[in-house]
Formats: sequence, structure tokens, C-alpha cells
Amino acid sequence: MSGTTIEGSYGEFGGRFMPEALIAELDRLTAVWHEAMADADFIGEFDRMLREYAGVPSLLYDATRLSEVAGARILLKREDLNHTGAHKIRNVLGQALLAKRMGKTRMIAETGAGQHGVATATAAAYLGLDCVVYMGELDTKRQALNVARMRLLGAEVRAVASGSRTLKDAINEAIRDWVASVEHTAYCFGTAAGPHPFPAMVRDFCRGIGDEARAQCLERTGTLPDVVTACVGGGSNAIGLFTAFLDDADVRIVGFEAGGEGVDTPRHAATITAGEVGVLHGARTYVLQDADGQTIESHSISAGLDYPGVGPEHAHLAKTGRAEYRPITDTEAMDALALLARTEGIICAIESAHAVAGALKLAKEAPGSTILVNLSGRGDKDMETTTTWFGLGDPAETISSEAAR
Amino acid sequence: MSTAKAFAATRAEGRAALVGYLPAGFPTVEGSIEALKAMVDAGCDIIEVGLPYSDPVMDGPTIQAAAHQALEGGVHTTDVLRTVEAVAATGTPTVVMTYWNPIERYGVDRFAADLASAGGAGLITPDLTPDSGPEWIAAADARDLDKIFLIAPSSTDERLAMTTAACRGFVYATAVMGVTGARASTSELAGPLVARARRTLEEQGSDLAIGVGLGVSNGQQAAEVASYADAVIVGSAFVRTLLDAQGDRAVGLAALRALTEDLAGGVRRA
Repeated sequence: MSGTTIEGSYGEFGGRFMPEALIAELDRLTAVWHEAMADADFIGEFDRMLREYAGVPSLLYDATRLSEVAGARILLKREDLNHTGAHKIRNVLGQALLAKRMGKTRMIAETGAGQHGVATATAAAYLGLDCVVYMGELDTKRQALNVARMRLLGAEVRAVASGSRTLKDAINEAIRDWVASVEHTAYCFGTAAGPHPFPAMVRDFCRGIGDEARAQCLERTGTLPDVVTACVGGGSNAIGLFTAFLDDADVRIVGFEAGGEGVDTPRHAATITAGEVGVLHGARTYVLQDADGQTIESHSISAGLDYPGVGPEHAHLAKTGRAEYRPITDTEAMDALALLARTEGIICAIESAHAVAGALKLAKEAPGSTILVNLSGRGDKDMETTTTWFGLGDPAETISSEAAR
Repeated sequence: MSTAKAFAATRAEGRAALVGYLPAGFPTVEGSIEALKAMVDAGCDIIEVGLPYSDPVMDGPTIQAAAHQALEGGVHTTDVLRTVEAVAATGTPTVVMTYWNPIERYGVDRFAADLASAGGAGLITPDLTPDSGPEWIAAADARDLDKIFLIAPSSTDERLAMTTAACRGFVYATAVMGVTGARASTSELAGPLVARARRTLEEQGSDLAIGVGLGVSNGQQAAEVASYADAVIVGSAFVRTLLDAQGDRAVGLAALRALTEDLAGGVRRA
């Protein structure tokens, strides 16, 4: 159902558009990954780390007060409760364990919001690997707290000042590092995008989200949810949730992209909704690009969704119609974030708030349905953005902005 | 006009070819045409016109800066073709060096057709390997365009053979594991890579030329590389002369000429 035909391709999407210098390593990584996934010791060790270190399986939480407001039953998969505060820990523990298996001594990573960087720095500290994280200069400012966390964990954070100074440029810089360091360095890619084997490998390390949630939902409600939803930037948390449900024909799958200031403006990151087929960072997928094929800078209030590409399997699921992808604006996401905080006492990441906002819309369309939302991360890292958005720093301003709502 | 023409000439002279790169639109479209013609005049045997791209993962800071400047200046793919046309008109084989997405966006077959009618010799594709490029291979074959794929020190024997078999014009050997940019010393990985590629080509019954790129910035390095390769490919060092001139056209062109002459002397000294 996932539609993988030739290895690394998802229908017309995916593939490996990379410099020859890296192909031998990508082949080696693919072979070691396959071998590891068939090795009970590797799987056992991965599961043990997730359980004893990362706090997985995460809870499935019946958000009853939010459900009352929404008019549908909303179940939250609490990935925000994982160690480091997001689903990302699953992916990095898997990739770090593979790095050790391959005899690597150093891990590099790109990061947007900083969640993947923090997770990689954490896994590197946990397993004794050197770590360098590339982060767009703009994002280091938006996410200063995460920069400090990475440094505290012993990672070196390199601010990337080229291009749009965001996630895509951090990926470019990490690839440049990797071309020169591939002998001893593993590239711990942060999302289910990029050249083969990353989209499939990251999916497999994250698919516990959906496998757990499916079992938890059956146990809790006796049936499967009507809809499963997640936010989609590159798409690792979404594919991690969706995979378990692909063969459940009755379960609707909806991904929510960053609509920024609106998909009818130039300031958004809704790649599937408004992009066109192209090649970015090693894979054929939907890309925000101009008439000459130059990548267009994306925008989202959430750094983690601020990426002009998307994982190729999502492109395929959209094209085949198995999953739908819809945009959520900055404002809709922030409203949902506040609503969740006030009804449930949960402050989620702005990324995840896109999925919550989407669930509220789906609830209106199908009152009484059961909607499973992947709450992919927690919101501590976003407090500066949130404070500015809601005017929380100034009591007088807060009151007036609430009155305006 | 294939680059084979240039190699026939340089082989007859018993020397390596000098391949010079600049991105189109840097510092302006007219400026890049003028600069590339100056490089032809001063001794480049083959010209590479770079197609500036927003996400150049194989390029170091120097070429990134030039591409960025060209894109800020509003260069389009059609300007690249116009640049090729102007340079190819000098009679010097001219190829385009480009990341893949702009070609796919333009239309692979349409680009091949327009490149051929501009007099371009072919394409160098740093992020497209032959196994990922059947559409380009078909379009190039239909118009006898050069398909210049990269080999790297990390290439396995199988991949090396697959790649050299797919190349036409020449094989582009990346001398280092790294991105573009001038380096203080030449790579010790390049010689063995060229030797491996040479053996592979012999087994394939081919005498295809092998060019070495990444890191060469002066005549002495060019002479070293020319002692074992059929072409010495220089990019960042040329770009650097124009960046350093900071918009002073006469200073930039003079520096470009001087560097070309130094490098052209190098490939003749080997």
C-alpha cells in the first residue's frame, strides 16, 4: 500500500539525485540498515533504548475537554512527552545506533526548529559520538533555547548564513560537510525526505508512533479512529503515524501543512498544496519553486515546518489519494495552540498545533467522529514566538488581544 | 560541437586541455559573456557555463557567492543558453554545468534541443548520476550532446565502470572528497582515481578523455594535474578573481586573463 516499487521510489517520487561522491556511502548505509532491521539484537537494543531512555511508548490521551469544544472525540498521541520533547528521539536513536554499527565516530545533522538538533545531540551524548549540528542563522535566533540545549549536550552548533538561512540551507551545508567527512561521519537526517534510504529508514524508525497508537486506540475504544492526522513539514512524524494505517481502508489520513500567511500569498510552506514536482535534496517530490526551478523560500511561524520540500512518500500518498494534505495558517495554528493549552493544560509545539487546528476543522466537517492527532512535540521551545504572538510579555497587551478575539 | 574536438587538438599537441568555469549572470549576463570570452582568448580550451542554482550542495563558499549574486541579479535559464550561444560562437566547445532541478523544470528534452541549437556541447551534472538520469541520457543521445558525469574517489569499481560507459565528451573526476574551492595543495586521491578510470576505459575499449576538477588554482597545480589527466578543470579560482575585483570590470578581466595564462602555461609544461 505504501507503493514502494523500485527500492527508494514511491510511484514517480523519491530516488537518489546526489553527488557520486556520496552514492557509495548511501549504498552502504542501505545495506547496513537492511541487515540491522533483520537483526534481532539490533531491534532489541533499539526497543530497549526507546523504552528505558526515551519514555516510549508514549500515551494515547483522550482529550475530553478539547473534544467537547471540537464536537468530536479527539485522541492525542503524546509524543510531546518523549525524552527531548518530540517524536524526533525515535529517529535519532535508530540512526545513532546504525552509526555505531557502521563504526562512525561523528554525527552531523541539520535542524530547523532545533528539535532534531537537540535529539541528535542527545543521542550523540548518550552513545558517545561527536556531534555537529547545522542550523540556519535565522533559526538560531528563533530557537535560541534549543541552541543552548545542544551546546549543553556537547554538540557544536554551526549557524548557516547562506541562502535563506533556514532549514534547507542547513541541509545544504550538512551535505557539504558529509561529502568531505563521509569516512568517519554519519549524516543523521532529520526527516523522511532526502535521497534513498533516508525516507524509508526514517519512516521505519518513526513508525512506532502509528503502531503504538493503532493498538492503543483499539484497546481504548474497541475500534480504529475515523481519521488520523499529523502536521507535515518534511513529514517524519506524519509518516511515522500514517504507516500503521495505510492498509486500513476505512481510516482517513490527513496531513496538515504550514499555510503560513495563506497559500494565496507567497509566505507559506504548503509544499503539496501549492508546490510542483521537482528535485530537492536528493529526491523527486513536491517543491516550492519558481519558473526556472529555483527553490522558493518558504515561510511558517513554525521553524520545524518551514521547508520548501516534503518527503517523497507523502507526495506519493497525495498523488494516489490515499492521504489528503491541507494547509493550516499561522493564525489557525496559534489559535489551536491556545485552545489546547486552556482546555487540556497541554502546551504543544507550534508544529503540532497545525495538526490540532486541522483536527478542529475535521471535527466540524464530521461531528461525533474519532480523530487521532499526533501531538508530535511540546511547546517550551516556542515560548518566545508564542509570547510575542499573544503579547504574553505585557499584561495590558494580553488583555487587549484577548478582548479582540 | 562536442568537447571531443578540443581533446583531438590538445592530444595532437601532446598536452592536457584547460577547462574554465564561470556561472552565467555573474557578475551580470553581459559581464559573464565578456569574462568567458576573455578566458577563451587567454587560453581556455573548453568552457563550462554554470547555471546558478539556489541549493548548490557541491559548491563551496566562492561559487555559492557568485551563484547567489547571479540569482539576485535575476538570471534565468534562458540567459544561460544565451551565454552558451555567445561563447560557443567563438568556436570553443562550451558545456553547461548544472544541478538537476532547473533542467527538469525547463523540460529535459526542450533543454537538450535549445542547448543544441545554441551550439552547446553538452552538460555536466554534479547531482545526476547515470543510473538516475535515463531521461537526460535519451535526450542527449538524440542530439549527440556530451554527457559528462562525475566520478569520485569513493566510487566503487562497478559504479566507475557504469559511469565511464555512460559518459560522452569526457569523464569528470572529482579530485577530492569535498566541495568546490581552491586548495593549497593538489589532491593525492586524484592520481589513483584517474588511473582507475583509465584502466576501466581501456577495458571498455574507449579512449575517452578524463578531466580533473576541484581545488586547482594556479599554473603549478595545473601542471601537476596535467601530468596524468587529459584536462584540468578550474572554477573557484576564476570566480575568485572577479569577486576580488569588487565590480571593477577592467581589474577583474585583467586578473582573469592573467590567471588563464598562468593555467594555460601549466597545462603546457607538464
